[in-house]
Amino acid sequence: MMSNILLDIKNLKLSFFTPAGEVKAINDVSIQMEEGDVLGIVGESGSGKSVTSYSIMGLTAFPGRIVSGTIDFNGHRINDMTEAELRAIRGNEVSIIFQDPMTSLNPVYTIGNQIREVILLHTDMDKRKAYERSVELLNLVGINEPEKRLKQYPHELSGGMRQRVMIAIALACEPKLLIADEPTTALDVTIQAQIMELMTELKNKINMSIILITHDLGIVSSMCQKIVVMYAGKVVESGTIDDIFYNPKHEYTKGLLRSIPKLQAKEHEKLIPIEGTPVDMLNPPAGCPFAPRCEKCMKICLREMPKYTKLSDVHHCACWLLQKEAFEESKKSEASKATGAAEVSGGGDN
Amino acid sequence: MDKSINQKQKFGTPRKGALVEVQNLKQYFPISDGFFKTKYVKAVDDVSFYIDKGETLGLVGESGCGKTTTGRSLLRLYEPTDGRILYNGVDITHVEMMPYRRKMQIVFQDPYASLNPRMTVGDIVGEAIDIHKLAGSQKERSDKIISMLERVGLNSEHANRFPHEFSGGQRQRIGIARALAVDPEFIVCDEPISALDVSIQAQVVNMFEKLQEEMGLTYLFIAHDLSVVKHISNRIGVMYLGKLVELADSYELVFNSVHPYTRSLISAIPIPDPKTSRINKRIILEGDVPSPLNPPSGCRFRTRCPYADELCASEEPKFREVGSRHFSACHHLDKVK
Repeated sequence: MMSNILLDIKNLKLSFFTPAGEVKAINDVSIQMEEGDVLGIVGESGSGKSVTSYSIMGLTAFPGRIVSGTIDFNGHRINDMTEAELRAIRGNEVSIIFQDPMTSLNPVYTIGNQIREVILLHTDMDKRKAYERSVELLNLVGINEPEKRLKQYPHELSGGMRQRVMIAIALACEPKLLIADEPTTALDVTIQAQIMELMTELKNKINMSIILITHDLGIVSSMCQKIVVMYAGKVVESGTIDDIFYNPKHEYTKGLLRSIPKLQAKEHEKLIPIEGTPVDMLNPPAGCPFAPRCEKCMKICLREMPKYTKLSDVHHCACWLLQKEAFEESKKSEASKATGAAEVSGGGDN
Repeated sequence: MDKSINQKQKFGTPRKGALVEVQNLKQYFPISDGFFKTKYVKAVDDVSFYIDKGETLGLVGESGCGKTTTGRSLLRLYEPTDGRILYNGVDITHVEMMPYRRKMQIVFQDPYASLNPRMTVGDIVGEAIDIHKLAGSQKERSDKIISMLERVGLNSEHANRFPHEFSGGQRQRIGIARALAVDPEFIVCDEPISALDVSIQAQVVNMFEKLQEEMGLTYLFIAHDLSVVKHISNRIGVMYLGKLVELADSYELVFNSVHPYTRSLISAIPIPDPKTSRINKRIILEGDVPSPLNPPSGCRFRTRCPYADELCASEEPKFREVGSRHFSACHHLDKVK
């Protein structure tokens, strides 16, 4: 089945030029997304997951700058767009929900004002129609008494309610792509469950794609189809949700999965942490950024960044161990071919 | 004289062997509401529990449920409005805390805000040693500081650095070293890992477990992440709007919870396993947590509870034993499925 490529990030490099030196926040990242996908970007703070997704909206903050690479979104080349052109697609074709619903709404405008602003800016609706649309949107995100809420200010609403308003604003123009940057991190678990349920429901209703940025593997596992794992500005592994959870190949991904306590475990399990500390982005290691914390680190890991190994059409991983495995496997299969053995290792039926 | 008799009648008999016991703890915060009227936020309202020596009690709940306040009142960082706090069987509700500060310590949530940026790590850890006069000489002091730092996985050269030079995980280790410096018996861990990255959380959790084994510590572990709390605790208490709604052994609580709030809390936690989360049906609670200024009458959970009826609105359910070491406060335990 061929789907339309909605988003194609190719070899993106983005750096922040700080007085202390260049911080390579995104270092050669490629991400592809098809229409209707829910893509999870997982990583620790400072891994570049937010910066990557902000760059799709052209929201790179000073002193950050795209050094090389391209971002194609829905037929637009984002890198080449002027600020005015960007403004036309922001909120219209791609919109964003920020992490903290407490600070991302303007405290001095009413909810109604803030929703209407988006509608008036991007559509040719008049004020009356925009009002009707606002009521409709609040209904859509499950807010009771929308007419009353529209007159209220953000401080009168609870955290979960504010996040719903943020979602309503983001959905006002039915964007093709919704970027949700840790949408539930600031919320309690029971409210988090409500918001996730809402996002899944809305996705099916208006058929949009979602990029979900999070550090919580639990959220990813219940919402996403594909996952990109980032570490220190690089994509270390990407694949379908089952690839990542049941067949992780990168040592960092494996470590992450081992280090989270499982609620459903019937007995006390020993947590296996990833030792060491996150990378200092001002002085990143020369080779694989994870090498200093990796148990299976080899000499080559410290010298050179590994290339991506294609494990299946969608499952890719950057690790020297796989390169070696791949190398040995290719040798083996060559040997078996040479001897004319009928047995060929399986796995070609994807 | 009269007062002491009243005290005895008012509170239950202390549990033998408990290191820390809290009886009917109430912590109200006054907020002014126009002239003459004072309203109270009942942050903690009639909470009782004990922690045995060497045990870890976990306390979970959503923000604003009073779990942090409970931890702080217990250490008398707030003066409790009512109730009694016992340490090793001694009532410490109204005594001079200085001797007990040595035995009861706290690790705070935010490793960025809880360390003085102008003090070196050595001085941060050493301050408590100075206050309690635990070192006879400069050498003894610095030896103590270094041994504490080594205990939490840092080393001697870190003592001369400032907090900003450390990552979040390392800062939390400094906070733990500071708590350990006075050789305490009991530590309140107030969300010690929620500000840390996932890959670092496991390091710190393992360290808490290791220290407990080595030093025979007793913990009150406060967190909102039930998976982590279950991992580290022997028993878990669940709080909702200032009340304890369920308390049981960790596995009992996770697998055989009886209170509707605990059940929905457990089911709301996203499971990091795609196959399970695909088939898992969530109980989604409607609405938000009510304001603690105006808590609902009767059972405080009734506004969000699928089983609520008139009884729940009129009468507050008692916190009673429902199984072995398993307590819960609900009128409709038989109906909850």
